[in-house]
Amino acid sequence: MDVLYFAWVRERVGHPKDRIDTNPATVMDLVNDLRAREPRYEAAFSDLDALRVAIDQELADFDASLTGVREVAFFPPMTGG
Amino acid sequence: MDIRVQEAAFDLGQETNGFAARQSGMGAVVTFTGIVRDLDNGALSAMEIEHYPGMTQKALEGIADEAKTRWTLGDVMIIHRYGRLHPDEMIMMVATSARHRGDAFQAAEFLMDFLKSRAPFWKKELTQDGAEWVAAKDVDEDALKRW
Repeated sequence: MDVLYFAWVRERVGHPKDRIDTNPATVMDLVNDLRAREPRYEAAFSDLDALRVAIDQELADFDASLTGVREVAFFPPMTGG
Repeated sequence: MDIRVQEAAFDLGQETNGFAARQSGMGAVVTFTGIVRDLDNGALSAMEIEHYPGMTQKALEGIADEAKTRWTLGDVMIIHRYGRLHPDEMIMMVATSARHRGDAFQAAEFLMDFLKSRAPFWKKELTQDGAEWVAAKDVDEDALKRW
């Protein structure tokens, strides 16, 4: 599964993409796995209220299942227009 | 439906004329254009717009489809740029057509409200002092509730 980061999430993590070989059950499980990795991940994921998540390019919730999912993306609230 | 996500500038007059010319039997065309606004102190040197390439086109199509189910529209066009833009440059435009202006106006406003907080773009303001991500505004999130 590919995990993508955008905007300041990408800057805090330090790169735009990770390939994850474990099988976290939900987005929240994935977040906890990432936070345990290194302090820069902890910095990126310290405030989940400030984050949004997309699963296979659709907005989703943190309790969503990751079964069969190919791509998860984390980013701040969007500022288009 | 014409939805484009691009780095290049666009010609508002040409796009508007082209869109209007493709309509048939429509009594109204509404357009909105978003422009890079300088900071109050005039310090903005550039704005960098990042997006999520795999998701952006799909998200914009979803928003446009939703507008077409809510109002009786002829057509919808969205152009949204990314990359480095300077003050007074055009960032994006939407155009809607309908037989009557009410549908075209409302759909254009709906598109803008959803583009603000449901399309995967992020803006970063660059000044001499550094760079800062633009924070999403509660008022933009609240604006979705009226639809």
